[in-house]
Amino acid sequence: MDKPKTVYISYIETTPEKLWDALTEGEFTRKYWGGRRIQSDWRVGSPVKHIREDGGIDWQGEVLKSERPRLLSYTFHIHISDRHRDEQPSRVTFEIEPMGAVVKLTLSHDGFVSAGATFETTHHGWPAILSSLKSLLETGNPLPFTGLGFGPSGEARGQA
Amino acid sequence: MADDHSARHSMSAADAKAAEYFFRSLTCNQLVAYNSYGVDKVFKALADPSRRKLLDQLHAENGQTLSELCEHLDMTRQAVTKHLVLLEAANVVTTVWRGREKLHYFNPVPLHEIYDRWIKKYERRRLRALSDLKKGLEASKGK
Repeated sequence: MDKPKTVYISYIETTPEKLWDALTEGEFTRKYWGGRRIQSDWRVGSPVKHIREDGGIDWQGEVLKSERPRLLSYTFHIHISDRHRDEQPSRVTFEIEPMGAVVKLTLSHDGFVSAGATFETTHHGWPAILSSLKSLLETGNPLPFTGLGFGPSGEARGQA
Repeated sequence: MADDHSARHSMSAADAKAAEYFFRSLTCNQLVAYNSYGVDKVFKALADPSRRKLLDQLHAENGQTLSELCEHLDMTRQAVTKHLVLLEAANVVTTVWRGREKLHYFNPVPLHEIYDRWIKKYERRRLRALSDLKKGLEASKGK
């Protein structure tokens, strides 16, 4: 096993099924992820797309593992600039474990070059997205703040 | 000794209550599922220069073993282990096993949660106050 580049963990007061749906349904991701809808049939080998409100694609990939409600993994290729597009697709893995009243969500992101465009864009992005996801699942409200998408257009939306 | 204990106990209960009021005022009295105990742990974890140095080490290079972390720090292995336990308990450091190696990662998610729920709210309040001041001044100017 390769050493993961980054690992993010959040403990969320919800159920594994709800968390799975929040990660895989466009209607959910739209609320906490800067208006973007995730789109896939979630079969291994199927494409995954992350679609902005203007119809553009922030990133796309391919489903690697899909075991509702425990394990989800897909390749992740950001399309917001040539610098991002020139990098190899990276890999994102979500592990969901129930722990008493809460669910532990572990997000590992690897397969990208150190200090490259993908890393620059995501290492601030993931904590913000996970934080907004936690807020949505626990309170029914996502966080009212900007820059939740990975694309430049994420900056101008979502301000309360 | 017993008195000392109970005094400390009642202090922390009062503190918890005060923190709850404070937090409710920040969230416009909305009841939010928020674990103040977890926040305490994060602040405690950060309230030590050695632990902040450890976090800086992981920020510079994520996924280090205990031995790798010890190489760059002027601390005993036991001291580093002790600090890592506290950082892990606060979820600002997380570990992944790779074979027999335990790798340590900086997990910024709890810090982001504090930023979103506390600092951002201050900013919004301040902006609203400024906006109210502007409106007030402009209204009185018009009279």
